[in-house]
Formats: sequence, C-alpha cells, structure tokens
Amino acid sequence: MIEIKNLSKSFHSHKVLDQLNLTIQTGETMVVIGRSGVGKTVLLKNIIGLLKPDSGQVLIDGQDITKLEDKELDKIRLKFGMLFQGSALFDSLTVRENVGFSLREHTRQTDEQVDQRVKEALDLVGLAGIETLMPAELSGGMKKRVGLARAICMRPDITLYDEPTTGVDPIMAAATNELITKLHDRLKITAIAVTHDMTSAYKIADRIAMLYNGKIIAIGTPQQIKKTTDPVVHQFITGEAWGPITRNKSFYVKD
Amino acid sequence: MIRWLNRQKTEFLSFISSAGAIFAMFWQAIRWTSISPLRKREIIDQMNKIGVMSCPIVSLTAIFTGMVLALQSAYSLRSFQAEMYVSGLVAVAMARELGPVLTALAVAGRVGASITAELGTMKVTEQIDALETLATNPVSYLVTPRLLAGIIMLPVLTMYSNILGIIGGYLVGVFKLGISSDMYMRMTWKTLLFKDVYTGLIKSLFFGIIIIVVGCYQGFKTSGGAEGVGKATTISVVTSFILIIAADCLFTALFYFVF
Repeated sequence: MIEIKNLSKSFHSHKVLDQLNLTIQTGETMVVIGRSGVGKTVLLKNIIGLLKPDSGQVLIDGQDITKLEDKELDKIRLKFGMLFQGSALFDSLTVRENVGFSLREHTRQTDEQVDQRVKEALDLVGLAGIETLMPAELSGGMKKRVGLARAICMRPDITLYDEPTTGVDPIMAAATNELITKLHDRLKITAIAVTHDMTSAYKIADRIAMLYNGKIIAIGTPQQIKKTTDPVVHQFITGEAWGPITRNKSFYVKD
Repeated sequence: MIRWLNRQKTEFLSFISSAGAIFAMFWQAIRWTSISPLRKREIIDQMNKIGVMSCPIVSLTAIFTGMVLALQSAYSLRSFQAEMYVSGLVAVAMARELGPVLTALAVAGRVGASITAELGTMKVTEQIDALETLATNPVSYLVTPRLLAGIIMLPVLTMYSNILGIIGGYLVGVFKLGISSDMYMRMTWKTLLFKDVYTGLIKSLFFGIIIIVVGCYQGFKTSGGAEGVGKATTISVVTSFILIIAADCLFTALFYFVF
C-alpha cells in the first residue's frame, strides 16, 4: 500500500503540492488526472524519491521513504518500475541493454538468463525481435513500449506511468492502454498513472483522483468521476474551455 | 551602490556553492570506487573516447608547438650563437609547461564539451532520473568511469604530446637550423631532467580531474532543453580553461619553490 500524507512541495515561491493526501491500495490502478503543470509528475517523482518533499510523508508498505538514505532508497526503488513521459531510454545503449539494465546491475543472472527475461518483457509489450536496435531507430510509440518493457523487466510490485499516452497517435494510445490493463491483470501490480487523457484514465483506472491547486479534490471510480457534480472536476473531464478552472484566465483568442 | 554590492555578494556566494558542489561531486565519484566494483567496460570505453580519440588533435597541437618553439627560441638564441640550446629549451618547455597545458586545453575543448553535452542531454531527457529509478547512482555510473579514465589518460596524452613536441623541435632543429641529429638528441637528454617530466605529469593528472569533474557537474546541472545544453557546454569549457590556467600557475609556483 502507498500512503501519501500531508505532502507539500514548492519550487521557489510556487507551491506545487499543498498538504496532499492520497492512499493507493495494493493491486489497484490509481490514475491521477489534472491539467498540464499542475504537479502530477512532481507527485510521481516524490513517490519514487526523485524529489524530496518540503514536508509530509510517502509511506511504501509502511516505510517512510522521505527519510531514507540513498542506499536504503535504492532498495525500495527496486520494487518500482517507472515509465517516463519521453520514455527516457538510454541513447547509448541498445534496446536489449536498456530493458535488461536493472537485471545486469542488481542481479547475478547470466547473460543468457538476462537475454531471456528481456525477450519475455519485449514479447509482453509486443516488440519481439528488436533487441539490437538503438533508441534513435525507434518510433515514439515503440520507445514508449520499450520504456514499459524496461519498467516491468524486474517484475516490480509497483509501476508508475507518467503520461503513458502523450505523444503517440490515438491507435497507439489505445494499444498502450490495453497493454497497461493487460500487464495489471497478468502481473497483479499496483500502478499509479498520471495523465490528462481522460480516455486513457477511464480505460485503465480502478480509481481516479483529480489534482488541483496542490490537493486531491476528488477521488472515485471512473463511474463516480463521470457522474461528478463538482464543477472543477466536471469542467476538466468534459474538456470545456470555460468554467471554474479557467475563470479569470484570459487565454481566449478574441473574434 | 548597495544593489551592486548585493549582486557581487550573491555572485560570490553562488561561486562558493558551485565550487563546493564540484568538490562534492569529485569526492562522491572517488568514494564510489570503493563502494561498488569498477565498471571496467565503461572505463575502457571512456579511455578510448578521452584518450585515443584525442590523439589527432593532441598530435597536431604538439608537433606544431614544438616546431614554433624551436623557431622562436632560435630567433632569440641566434644573437648569442647558441642555437644548439634550442633542443633543451624545447624539451624542457614541452615537459614542464606546454605539453601538460596545451594537451589539457585541447582535451577540455574536445572531451569536456562532449561530456557536458552528453550528460546535459541525458538530464533534460530524464535519462538521469531514469537511472535513479533503476536504483543506480548516476555519479557511480556516469562520473566515476569518466574520472578514472581522465586521471589515467591525461598523463598518457601529455607524455605523448611531450614526445611529439620534441619531434617537432627536432624537425626544425635538424632540417632548418642545421644542428646535427646526434647533437640535437644529446643536448635534449642532457638538459631534460626526470623531475621536469614528472612535475608536468602530476599537473596533467590534476588537469584531467578538472576537465572531467567540471564537465560532469555542468552536465548534471543542465536545465531548459537544447538551449540549456548549449549554455552548459559553453560554461563547462570556459570554466575548465580558467581552472586549468589557474591550477597551472599554482602548481608551477609550488614546484618552483619545493623542487
């Protein structure tokens, strides 16, 4: 279980997360929605310890990771797999080396065993046979899927997805959603995804939480979120240009 | 006036904090050599990139410097009918000063810039964050192999540069100034002392540390996309150049008074 308690994080004077509370049950897929720049990625980076919060706690199975030293934090990180928005594949390594990176670094498996696990992970994301390619030779959608294969290669307990469908075409986005759902069903892992793509959110989420002004302002199943009466959540999920979120913000182009 | 003083104070504090951060990164990189097993493949790869691939530019710089040094010193020594001392002068100047410094400047321009650009791009494309999520310390994976390769390769390149500089001087001395080959080599060995060579090599080792740590530090500090990478690369090369010249002055003074 992941518990986030009173988490606050500011950059200079800008408060991005403000006393945020959120609990993710083991085995569930939680999708955090919110506008671009609202702090979704900052939340994910706090959960995996890439950023240190100003105050508050992030409890992973009861252990507060905000207080851990680097070495202990690395042990916790081995429970995680993370898919980055831009995939973040290592440019200088082949697909095989990217996907098998953690296995080579943190296990004593032989090259043959690592290659077998890499092959399995690539099969799972539907990209068999591309082990020798370099990241520069892959399309955006393929990079996302290789990133996903790298995230799951260590068979993590928790996966984090940062905008899994951003930057790919609608068909690839649907395929990525199906892949995430399939992985969740097959591997029974806890997942946290952040996105502003509502189609993706409805498709993959067990529960959806909306981040707004540094706090979680609504949380519920996709059905409950669809039926929300909260005007802020309603404006976001329906994608209306005018409403409480955009009040006093003059981004319209006048006729 | 007060605003100007405040700005100077802020810049001074930022300089001190950067110097502290650079030293901290160096210390961390050294500490990792004892914590985790050495990444031999990466170290050899970096030795190739830093050392072997720098050979062409170091060769050209050294040969031409040796030739120029011989010509310029011959111009002055001619008035004293002492052109045969050109050989010793070239050898000592190359070993004590020009070999280490010019090699370091050439490597700072080629390798320091490339390290900052590579790590800076990794930073802005979240590859360094990805390393951390894969429970791998970025300093251990990226900085330590480069630092060890730099510490090994800078003295090797400097030695190579010294030899080529002497060859450059030899070509001018023998074929232009008419000194016999035998006399040129005899005067070189007679003048050049072992301490001239090893003090130069000690300097080059520190120049290697400066180039790699500054390059890595600026790469890790990069923000703001392609423009940020460009800025970081420029800052990295300029900082390395200044630190190399300053360290050279410091070491030269130290060796002058100590040895």
